[in-house]
Amino acid sequence: MNWGGWSNFWAMGGYAGFVWGSYGVTLLVLALEVYLLRRRRARALAAIRRTRHQMARDIDESTS
Amino acid sequence: MAAEDTGIHWYKYSAPHTFYPLAGRLIPWFAGLALVFCLIGLYIGFFVAPTEARQGEAYRIIFIHVPAAWMSMFIYVVMAFWAALGLAFNTRLSSMMASALAPTGALMTFIALWTGALWGRPTWGTYWVWDARLTSELILLFLYFGFLALEAAIEDTRRADRACAVLALVGVVNVPIIYFSVKWWNTLHQGATVSLESAPKMATTMLAGMGLLALGFWMYCIAAALHRVRSIILERERRADWVREVS
Repeated sequence: MNWGGWSNFWAMGGYAGFVWGSYGVTLLVLALEVYLLRRRRARALAAIRRTRHQMARDIDESTS
Repeated sequence: MAAEDTGIHWYKYSAPHTFYPLAGRLIPWFAGLALVFCLIGLYIGFFVAPTEARQGEAYRIIFIHVPAAWMSMFIYVVMAFWAALGLAFNTRLSSMMASALAPTGALMTFIALWTGALWGRPTWGTYWVWDARLTSELILLFLYFGFLALEAAIEDTRRADRACAVLALVGVVNVPIIYFSVKWWNTLHQGATVSLESAPKMATTMLAGMGLLALGFWMYCIAAALHRVRSIILERERRADWVREVS
């Protein structure tokens, strides 16, 4: 496929809005999912640290 | 012991604390393969595959539309399978797998609907039509939303898992309806371009680009589901000793 220059490529034969609108939104929602996946893991790990401190405190209180 | 005779200890990996590190080791491989397949697929789709005679360049939406639509249906079936296993055998990890797949399935359904609308406008003259294919795919999105809403609404995880499993199993009848809708009804949506019964109705390079992106999407979905299931394991097993050791 020879586009004959980048401007022709980006123009997509007059369908730029449809083609790039499809690919752009797809990339955007995939990036959003990756961000949400990382945030969920960070939150899960933070919750475990809180639980660990809480359990340590409970043991301290019961022994003192 | 039958399980030991095979040499593969399948039961071992059905426990969350043994699956957690395995999933962690698999994620980079699936994510890497996803990137490689998608990049090669996009290169072929945009720089090797020719212009389509009737639709011009608008047809290039097919390279993400079809893979996303396939994954939206496939993930639902896999999700219902894991949910059913969890319901039948009360295996914790199965229900967690079902929960981990739902958001990615919803995402793929959204991509299929969005790219379909943007492809429909230049080729059919409309973004949306209430025909069998489009309506049943929209119902699929609502089934995913229903699963996620139900899960969020029920506090007790065991009860939530059971309720979600029932919803997933009832909804699975929708998948063959989506798939065969273009055969059963007279729809604006075209018939299958690739099917088991006949030779593909498209140029080889177009098919190669679509196939590679389908593989890429598949690998991405596995990586995303494995990543999410690890978080779900951490959330649910927060108080277990092994969790405090790995975190």
